[in-house]
Amino acid sequence: MTSIFEPIIGRYMHLDLFGRKHRIYVEEAGEGTPLLCLHTAGADGRQYRALLNEARITRRHRVIAFDMPWHGKSSPPAGWHEEEYQLTSAQYTTMILEIVAAMELDRPILIGCSIGGRIALHLALEHPEAFRAIIGLQAGAHVDPYYDLNFLHRPDVHGGEVSAAIVSGLVGPDAPDHARWETLWHYMQGGPGVFKGDLYFYKLDGDIRDRVARIDTKRCPLFLLSGEYDYSCTPEETLAVASSVPGSEATIMKGLGHFPMSENPDEFLKYLLPVLEKIGRATAASAA
Amino acid sequence: MIEALGPQVNGDAALVRRGRYLTTTFLLEVGSTAWLIAIFEGKVVSVTRGPFVMPSSCFALRAPEEEWAKFWSPRPPPGSNDLMALIKRRVLKAEGDLQVFMANLRYFKEALAKLRSAGAAP
Repeated sequence: MTSIFEPIIGRYMHLDLFGRKHRIYVEEAGEGTPLLCLHTAGADGRQYRALLNEARITRRHRVIAFDMPWHGKSSPPAGWHEEEYQLTSAQYTTMILEIVAAMELDRPILIGCSIGGRIALHLALEHPEAFRAIIGLQAGAHVDPYYDLNFLHRPDVHGGEVSAAIVSGLVGPDAPDHARWETLWHYMQGGPGVFKGDLYFYKLDGDIRDRVARIDTKRCPLFLLSGEYDYSCTPEETLAVASSVPGSEATIMKGLGHFPMSENPDEFLKYLLPVLEKIGRATAASAA
Repeated sequence: MIEALGPQVNGDAALVRRGRYLTTTFLLEVGSTAWLIAIFEGKVVSVTRGPFVMPSSCFALRAPEEEWAKFWSPRPPPGSNDLMALIKRRVLKAEGDLQVFMANLRYFKEALAKLRSAGAAP
């Protein structure tokens, strides 16, 4: 029998966030320019497994994916059992900047999907100096609620089953079956109310429509990649951001949906690798 | 046509198993044509075409005929590939006691998508 290990290393980082002790699960692989990856609402860092295992990326990048508190292997902080989890823009921003500081990452490239793509827009606006470049996947300035979010967390509806069923149609039609269903499994494994709590940021608190045009891409380049089949953050919504942010570059990815990095990594890499190469060339030129 | 729902769903053992705790009747409206669909423990037991005088159902799914036609096409275009996509575009109205619909959302999505393979575009 043969077994192999992937080159990914996972560790737990102890970190104080919002005045409370947290234990954050962090995976990483590769060396070079840090590439910090933000998962979608209700999922976890496993969504970036293909990037962490991709030699064409890891030979020049230190790829890092962490599970947000309450997600994946990052348990909620002590006292969680009496609280309702709700992610806010301020918490999300603080969390990312604190993790960058704690890991001593020098102006990482940030890549975030969905809620991660939204907070990427916030960071591009408010903290451009902290990042070498920002890549927003499925990034729009706002999404109106289109179903009753209370169905995600109530005792007569299974939270895992309904969360996966809500997002299942967001996976593009060409996704390989194993990748489609693993992407959905991550949703099925989410803790009670966590997906709903993330959507508080996505659909209510994180609305950046009135400020997004102020993003200055001269301070931090902004790339937007969105899947054609995403009806949560539609291609039109991504293109609207792109048209209001001079210097940003948007690409609509054919056949892909809301989870490009996990639903169909091979197709996604065709879009991501040229962006990373371009960022690499710009970094080398500015260092010369 | 919509009547194909019975054999299509009942012939899929995994789908019926996932619906084993589902017993309900719902109304499906394809434009002006209404259908009452009764499910018992995951199996579709009747599909009845309207018009009805006083149809009783747990919930209703209503969309224009052309929207269902896109949904039931072999490779639906973006925005038409999923019940939630139709709801997001406000072309599919889901009304009534939606707890049953949401608690069994995967079942209903997969059951209605069965009509794609049946070539059931109305």
